[in-house]
Amino acid sequence: MSLAPIAATAGAVLLIVVARKLRDPLPKFLLPLATAILFLCFWQFAAEQAQYEVKQPDGTKRLVEIFPTPWSTLVGMQKPIMDGTLLRYAIASIYRVAIGFSLAVLIGIPVGLLAGWYLRGFQAINPLIQAMRPISPIAWIPVAVLWFGVKDSSAIFLITLSSFFPIVTGTMTAVQTIPLVYVRSAKNYGLGGFGLFRYVVFPACLPQIITSLRIALGIAWLVIVAAEMIAVDSGLGYLIMDARNANYYDRVVGAMITIGLIGIGLDFVMRRLELLDDVRWGFPKVNS
Amino acid sequence: MNFQSAGAASPKVHVAGLSKSFLRDKTELRVLDDIHLDVRAGEFVCLLGPSGCGKSTLLNIVGGFDTADAGRVEIEGRPVTGPDPRRVFVFQEYGIFPWASVWDNVALGLHDKPRDEQHRIIRHYIELVGLKGFERSFPSELSGGMRQRVALARALAVSPDVVYMDEPLGALDSLTRLQMRAELLRLWRREKMTILFVTHDVDESIQLADRILVMTPRPGRIAEVLKVDLPHPREISSPEYNRIKNRLYELLGVSHAI
Repeated sequence: MSLAPIAATAGAVLLIVVARKLRDPLPKFLLPLATAILFLCFWQFAAEQAQYEVKQPDGTKRLVEIFPTPWSTLVGMQKPIMDGTLLRYAIASIYRVAIGFSLAVLIGIPVGLLAGWYLRGFQAINPLIQAMRPISPIAWIPVAVLWFGVKDSSAIFLITLSSFFPIVTGTMTAVQTIPLVYVRSAKNYGLGGFGLFRYVVFPACLPQIITSLRIALGIAWLVIVAAEMIAVDSGLGYLIMDARNANYYDRVVGAMITIGLIGIGLDFVMRRLELLDDVRWGFPKVNS
Repeated sequence: MNFQSAGAASPKVHVAGLSKSFLRDKTELRVLDDIHLDVRAGEFVCLLGPSGCGKSTLLNIVGGFDTADAGRVEIEGRPVTGPDPRRVFVFQEYGIFPWASVWDNVALGLHDKPRDEQHRIIRHYIELVGLKGFERSFPSELSGGMRQRVALARALAVSPDVVYMDEPLGALDSLTRLQMRAELLRLWRREKMTILFVTHDVDESIQLADRILVMTPRPGRIAEVLKVDLPHPREISSPEYNRIKNRLYELLGVSHAI
């Protein structure tokens, strides 16, 4: 059994070497795949080191796992996958992030645009924002529970709070760094007030805003799990706490993997935004 | 000495006694000193000077983006208080918006016009600068010369009284620059614009301008006004062309024979 990881490692290395010889450049999926395989191998190997045998009363031996192997994780996740719990919990988590994140976008972008544009506004609110930004959202959990109770709204509040700061800071910086020539052009052509924001300030900032949204969504997803561990009774964070309390470590790890995969998915969606006609100009062309 | 004969009509652009200083390291740096200039309607005037002589600062003040410490700037007798769509700027680069298509860039000054008229004007000027077929393209997909055509179309679309150009061809390669000069002259004659054009390129000023105002470096003063009385297209090997060229180099304090 413990030869498997070594074999797999050798296989992964061989795969790269062969592909390297076969054609240049490498197929895009190959390196990530090799890394994933390697990771699974080391996980398997490490988990095996922590296994031990116990003699049962009837004389047979039983293998006890301290930490689940990849395979036992998959087996352990069978039930929550099959009975729909995992899907339901994932949807619950995504729903909370969607609501909380949307609220942060709706408040954060206008506040950021205005505070970035008007120096007085910036001077007024920036110190407060920068002072609140480093407070971990986790620290707000007791406050959230006190204000909103053990409900969805508690978790949503935490999401809104944690994604608001990167959005507002990113938007403010974006406005403050608009090249002067754009603003001059706009004023020259008679744009002012709303038109100036609509046709110049907002589109000029959009690439940086999208980058800040990407960061904010990452943080939101990070925080939802922590929030659900304490403040609600559904969702992937709740699944982890619940499984831990029942000593189902395979499910703890399974939920962690699910969270990671959904995180990749969310980031993928955000990256698609960078390809829109209106913002493509603001991102360097990467040929990946 | 610096006043130009205004003729019968009052000048389009009138600048008198204009001065400007900047504070740098707590010392006052005089960039413009007692500038007088007039531009008549329909005239193409070049401000020629070395880098750092304050010609861009002067243009920014005339255009209403900056203020002077002393002196007057008037358009048709009325003082300039700020930027105005009747007098548009064409910048060296990045003046057009990278997030907007050619069409949307040209639409910039037309947002309060009725849709039909907007479309008619945009179509007309895109065609006039030779960008038909590129309406949906983005600036990043265009060459430098084409981008500057977009900037020209955007400026012309608002039917401006005066166009201020701050080294608009400076970022182009030399061949494209020559093409764009010819293009600019064609548009100038067709649209009967008044142009105040800043450049440090001696040939550019002789090829384009009716009059050249030569500026001295720091503090910027207008050293001399040269009239270019040559018909277009201008022959760069003609004696008169070379006389002007020699005079300009002399005024700028450099020899063009290397």
